[in-house]
Amino acid sequence: MGRNTSVKSQFISGVSIFGILALCPIFFPIYWTMILTEILIMGLFAMSFNLLFGYSGLLSFGQAGFFGLGAYATTISILHGVKSIWLAMLIGMAASAIGATLIGFLCVRRDEIFFAMLTLGFGMMIYTVAHNWRELTGGSDGLSLFMVPPIHFFGLEVSLEPPRAMYYFSLIIVAAAVYILWRVIRSPFGLMLMASRENKDRLYFVGANVKNIRLFAFVIAGVMAGLSGALFSLFNHMAAPSFVHWSFSARPVLMTILGGSEIFFGPACGAAIFFVLEQLVTSITENWMIVLGAILIPVVIFTPKGILGTVVSWFTDNKA
Amino acid sequence: MESFVVNLLNGLSWGMLLFLISVGLTTVFGVLGVLNFAHGSLFMLGAYLSMWVMHLVPSFWAGLVLGPVLVAVIGMVIEVFFLRPVYDRDVSYQLLLTFAILLVLDDAVRLIWGPGYHVVEAPQILAGVFPLFNHSYPVYRLFLVCIGPVIGGGLWFFFKFTRWGKLIRAAAMDREMAEGIGIRVPLLFTAVFGLGTWLAALGGALAAPHQSIGPSMGERVIIESFIVVVIGGLGSFPGAFIGAIVLGFLEAFGTVFAGRIQMALPYILLAVVLLIRPRGLFGEK
Repeated sequence: MGRNTSVKSQFISGVSIFGILALCPIFFPIYWTMILTEILIMGLFAMSFNLLFGYSGLLSFGQAGFFGLGAYATTISILHGVKSIWLAMLIGMAASAIGATLIGFLCVRRDEIFFAMLTLGFGMMIYTVAHNWRELTGGSDGLSLFMVPPIHFFGLEVSLEPPRAMYYFSLIIVAAAVYILWRVIRSPFGLMLMASRENKDRLYFVGANVKNIRLFAFVIAGVMAGLSGALFSLFNHMAAPSFVHWSFSARPVLMTILGGSEIFFGPACGAAIFFVLEQLVTSITENWMIVLGAILIPVVIFTPKGILGTVVSWFTDNKA
Repeated sequence: MESFVVNLLNGLSWGMLLFLISVGLTTVFGVLGVLNFAHGSLFMLGAYLSMWVMHLVPSFWAGLVLGPVLVAVIGMVIEVFFLRPVYDRDVSYQLLLTFAILLVLDDAVRLIWGPGYHVVEAPQILAGVFPLFNHSYPVYRLFLVCIGPVIGGGLWFFFKFTRWGKLIRAAAMDREMAEGIGIRVPLLFTAVFGLGTWLAALGGALAAPHQSIGPSMGERVIIESFIVVVIGGLGSFPGAFIGAIVLGFLEAFGTVFAGRIQMALPYILLAVVLLIRPRGLFGEK
């Protein structure tokens, strides 16, 4: 399969996924529209994580830190009188950009387990701040957002309170972010990123600044995580310390493994599998985690490419 | 002075428990090369299973001995069926596999024993308090302070002088060479994972009268023992000891001098050590 056809087919599949997703609320009940909104937001979170994991070979266990920074900064700015959603979300992204630059500067010096542990540690420092700075963050209760202000879009005023409106709003933002991620991966910078995953010493010898490349990827991933956090806080009408905890950082990791880290849409597919399964399982039993774990174990052992990755490689193998 | 001694003992007793758990984690990493995310869950399982045995045979000591052995058997089953296929995979896949095992174990415990908390009484001889200045201090915590070095010393002796200990160290140094001279490495790996699990579960059984037993007790322990083994140096025995004591003291004295940021101290310590000495305080280059 040539690279150009793969680029083309990826672009076409992306556009058709967008089209299908845009039609979904017409056929789905409100409840499933809300689940789909969550899938979109967490799918973006997982894809931003995979820019580090799948494309740069860096396993971050602290992405919830940036997700939480985005969620808290957006919520706090709305609560302190910012009227525009766009501005509040920009503040959220700026907060995670600053956080990711500072933390990334220190973390990208290490690899593998040490990188994972460092990001875990920094993520939990942000958690501690969210949990203990009661005056600003509401402590362990978090902050509730009673009213999400309407968005202004070319003179139109649209309320985000109806679930369908929130769904379309999330869809547009997530699609734009995913397009940016796709362009980043397709760019020369994206190729250097993958080269740093394959062999960072060799990349260094040919004159590339591996640390800067990794730092840039770390910041992009952090900002995207912050954006999904901002959306998540608008969707849930709150920002809570649990958004920042390490167990929340584990979610994009699980979704990426479920879907497949080698495929661009793999993490988002993993997010979809995660939430649909959660709905199916929790309608039968409360013990959803045991089922998730029982599914993940064989996925990790037998299909290292993930579910979407394995399906895709069946098709491409047949063609070859 | 009073509060200093009380804090010192509190720090030591928690540090010793943390040492038992972390030394299991670090041994498994040193020999198998796997950082076991489910270690905290095995700690929790140790607390639950020893509690279960304590109720069946109404004896604390029976629970303390049998509970961890049962968990070690479960650990060896996990190693044979789930870890063996991923030894030659990337580190992140091993971390994820053990994370999946963590999800299963935590929820299984919730399914069997319910989400509530349980309390285990310390045995008669260790139950009381003894006078310390104007306060009274629980005897059980002193017992913890004493048992840590005993088990640590036993392990050190085992690794240094016994045949099995030497075989394990040989396999940790060079797996292929060990196989070449006829050591049955897969069997050894299973045994080492069993030993690591046993240590975690023993920590859990010992922690049972010290704190309440709940399904989330492993969550805090796994992160703290990660911090201990990373700052001590992955695979390092003395590193785990020093790391555990330091973390115990941070816990006990942190509130005195750091107030609200006490919770962040272990993470700050982790970050500082990783940035200055990435291989940890006692790690090899």
